[in-house]
Amino acid sequence: MKPGWEMVVGLEVHCELKTATKLFCGCPNMFGDEPNTNVCPVCLGLPGSLPVLNQKAVEMAMAIGTALNCEIRPSTFHRKNYFYPDQAKDYQISQYDEPINANGHLDLPDGSRVGIERAHMEEDTGKTTHAGTSGRIHGADYSLVDYNRSGVPLVEIVSAPDMRSSAQARAYATELRAVLVATGASDGKMEEGSMRVDANVSVRRSADDPFGTRCEIKNLNSVRSLGRAIEYEADRQIALLESGAAVVQQTRHWDEDAGRTVALRSKEEAYDYRYFLEPDLVPLVPDAEWVEAVAATLGMMPATRRARLIDLLIDGGGASQAQVDQVATVVDLGLDDLVVAAVAGGVGSGLALARTANEAATDADAARRLDPDSFVALLTMEGSGTLTATQAKAVLVDLLTDGGGDPVAMAQARGFEAMSEDSLAATVAEVVATHPDEWDRYCEGGEKGDKLAGFFTGLVMKATRGQANGRAVAGELQRLRGG
Amino acid sequence: MVRAGEWSAVDILEQHLAAIEAGDEAIHAFNLVTADEARAQARAVDRKVADGGDPGLLAGVPVALKDNLCTRGVPTTCSSRILEGWKPPYDATVVTRLAEAGALLVGKTNMDEFAMGSSTETSASGPTRNPYDTSRVPGGSSGGSAAAVAAGFAPLALGSDTGGSIRQPAALCGVVGMKPTYGTVSRYGLVAFASSLDQIGPLATSVADAALLFDVIGGHDPLDSTSLNRPTPRVLSVIDDGVEGLTVGVLAEFLDGAAPDVADRVHQAAEVLAAAGARVEEVSVPEVTLGLSAYYLIAPGEASSNLARYDGVRYGLRVDAEDTVAMNTATRSAGFGDEVKRRIMLGTYVLSAGYVDAYYNQALRVRTRIIDGFAAAYRHCDVLLGPTAPTTAFALGAKTGDPLAMYLSDVCTIPSNLAGHPAISIPFGAGDDGLPVGVQLLGPALSEGTVLKVAAAVEAAAPPLAAPAPAPAPAEGVAT
Repeated sequence: MKPGWEMVVGLEVHCELKTATKLFCGCPNMFGDEPNTNVCPVCLGLPGSLPVLNQKAVEMAMAIGTALNCEIRPSTFHRKNYFYPDQAKDYQISQYDEPINANGHLDLPDGSRVGIERAHMEEDTGKTTHAGTSGRIHGADYSLVDYNRSGVPLVEIVSAPDMRSSAQARAYATELRAVLVATGASDGKMEEGSMRVDANVSVRRSADDPFGTRCEIKNLNSVRSLGRAIEYEADRQIALLESGAAVVQQTRHWDEDAGRTVALRSKEEAYDYRYFLEPDLVPLVPDAEWVEAVAATLGMMPATRRARLIDLLIDGGGASQAQVDQVATVVDLGLDDLVVAAVAGGVGSGLALARTANEAATDADAARRLDPDSFVALLTMEGSGTLTATQAKAVLVDLLTDGGGDPVAMAQARGFEAMSEDSLAATVAEVVATHPDEWDRYCEGGEKGDKLAGFFTGLVMKATRGQANGRAVAGELQRLRGG
Repeated sequence: MVRAGEWSAVDILEQHLAAIEAGDEAIHAFNLVTADEARAQARAVDRKVADGGDPGLLAGVPVALKDNLCTRGVPTTCSSRILEGWKPPYDATVVTRLAEAGALLVGKTNMDEFAMGSSTETSASGPTRNPYDTSRVPGGSSGGSAAAVAAGFAPLALGSDTGGSIRQPAALCGVVGMKPTYGTVSRYGLVAFASSLDQIGPLATSVADAALLFDVIGGHDPLDSTSLNRPTPRVLSVIDDGVEGLTVGVLAEFLDGAAPDVADRVHQAAEVLAAAGARVEEVSVPEVTLGLSAYYLIAPGEASSNLARYDGVRYGLRVDAEDTVAMNTATRSAGFGDEVKRRIMLGTYVLSAGYVDAYYNQALRVRTRIIDGFAAAYRHCDVLLGPTAPTTAFALGAKTGDPLAMYLSDVCTIPSNLAGHPAISIPFGAGDDGLPVGVQLLGPALSEGTVLKVAAAVEAAAPPLAAPAPAPAPAEGVAT
């Protein structure tokens, strides 16, 4: 972004809850079924039908609020009135001025904190497909509406305008997604639309200035799009202001292919939603006992889980930046319990993290199902020199493919006989004897001589087809040299 | 009688179907007579009696349903063009409960379109006529249900009451009609007009029958979140307990606008209750005079949202046009009548940004004041007494050109809806024109037992009322 400017970003994230049934009726909450098969009088908005609030959805909303450090409050539902064919009742039931969750925050991995203004419940709409060239409702030949999604429970998480860069906005979206998945309330799939992000963007000359006029950007289908759209939009607004024009408050659509935002509607054209208290529902007043019971079911959040691994590395001498990144990967994939189990089983934290982040992560689904005991057993063999790194990685692939097993037996099956000390010593002696000049130089020591350790190790490895343990070879060379 | 095996349900049904056949052309109480469905129900009841089973509390009793109650596979029109051809895929909870109690559902009754009106003249299927004088309206919006009971087409009917739509037509047609406490009868399957005010209730020829019907349809329903979670009502058993020791307040504000002959009947009813042992005093609840204004902000506001779904996309009428918005507009323009359009526009306006505080939210504050006003009166009164409607039945067409005059018909009934309280209209003699007068009893929330008990005392001493002009077939009453 252009120097001399600051961007201000707030995000509104819609998250579909993974309940078995919809928010106000008993229809299955399923993605991808035949159109209009998961429907009933309630979610079709048939005359005379009435909504009944799904208790599980409330519990998931409270879990999200708890994970985002919100106050969980008595709340009400309103009707948000506007005509659209995919909205069965032509109004949406949504929480308005009394949301279930308010005043929370989310801490990002870089240490920054983003305020959460509210995380409220509402129902999703159906889905319209417009036939014809435009792909939009305007100018369509005809439109088809699928109400399977109508009434699916959503939680809308509204951040404070606390973000100051696209990178921070991306980090927020990534961390929020991880938190939502960790609560069990959502699968956080942006590409399937189960997590939908809208960005409010404005710019100003300095942090002391009041906020500028903002634009809301819709249709952001990935974290990458989010970053690109925010950058584009900030630049667009800066160019407008520098040319002496004003930013018009409006809703804009992100065009992924063109890489730009286009105006959808201005504030003047904005709907008047005519909010009023939903008379078909009663206030939702969760008692302290219920709130606590939901909080008690929550597992560790990603930030806590990352800190747990970093702590293990500190015990092992501190974490490098590469390891911090590995920790993020491992936690994001939900593999951190493997690392913790390995360290508890006596494996070095660096090795445990590296094998999890580099190898286990390549098949995360299988790794999450892996019996930690077999993982620990394998890394113990590698750590003690019984298996080389190359061998251990190969056995790990077998473990993941087979969904577990005995690593000792698997190593044997692959012919990874651990070399006895005697046979290793014999091989080393043979290599030394056949390269007397290099040996002499090695024995002279110094920077040049010491480098020949690698030469001899390479020969030993070749002779043993990689079955020798690198550290054991180095030890034997040292012993022969008399150091 | 059916339960005792003295009469067959089929015989009772056929008598009523014959009465409808003979008389409804003149009255137009029904939008649809469901003779085949009712005959099947009657045969099932008779089989059950023959088999020695329990056929239910309403075994073999014909019941008429207001046409805003959903009936599976049977057209439910709300007397509106916009629901043309729509057959609900489900039954309203009250319909299920009636069927389970052995009732015979004889048809769907005419009403003001979407229950918006006080004369049944806004119906898209044409007006219903008052059985006592076919040049007069039956009241509304449950005019078809009231007329059906008055004409002897069915001894029982269900109506819905948003601002008086059960009680006012009951009064004008000389039958009993009760609006129960909000939340005592499930609204699931009642096509909504104003959700925070709508309540289903009984129309009947006697207080006892109304009590029995309320017992059958009332009670908690998990499908309605505003349904009170309390035991099923059992009010029939208390209605003969007498009024001794009860305090009845004669509500001054309701008498202020009443025609002299109607006011006379109210005073006469007060004397009846005093003679029966109640303490009678005059009471003032000044807040009730604010009811009409508050109602015509709240009810249209909710209605504008409730009726948004009739957009031509999913069911009912569709008038095709260039694009979706034009199709919505064309459909709604053709499908709704003037009164419905008037209220949708009014309601849209009062909820608009910039106006919602001045109108809708202000009306909600008034609503709270009315509740407080009633609470003060109920600190020393058990029930309140007043007229149901300011006048007897007026002539067809008399008020159709003047909406405000029409709205005034409900001035005495609206406050109970705003408060969510029960109220009942009981026929009490005739006015100077010989047409029925209804007196109204109001009570605090969940006081149906007390209200019905007092109503039974009023009924017991009510002046006689000549039978409606087109001699109806003999009504069987409720066989228990």
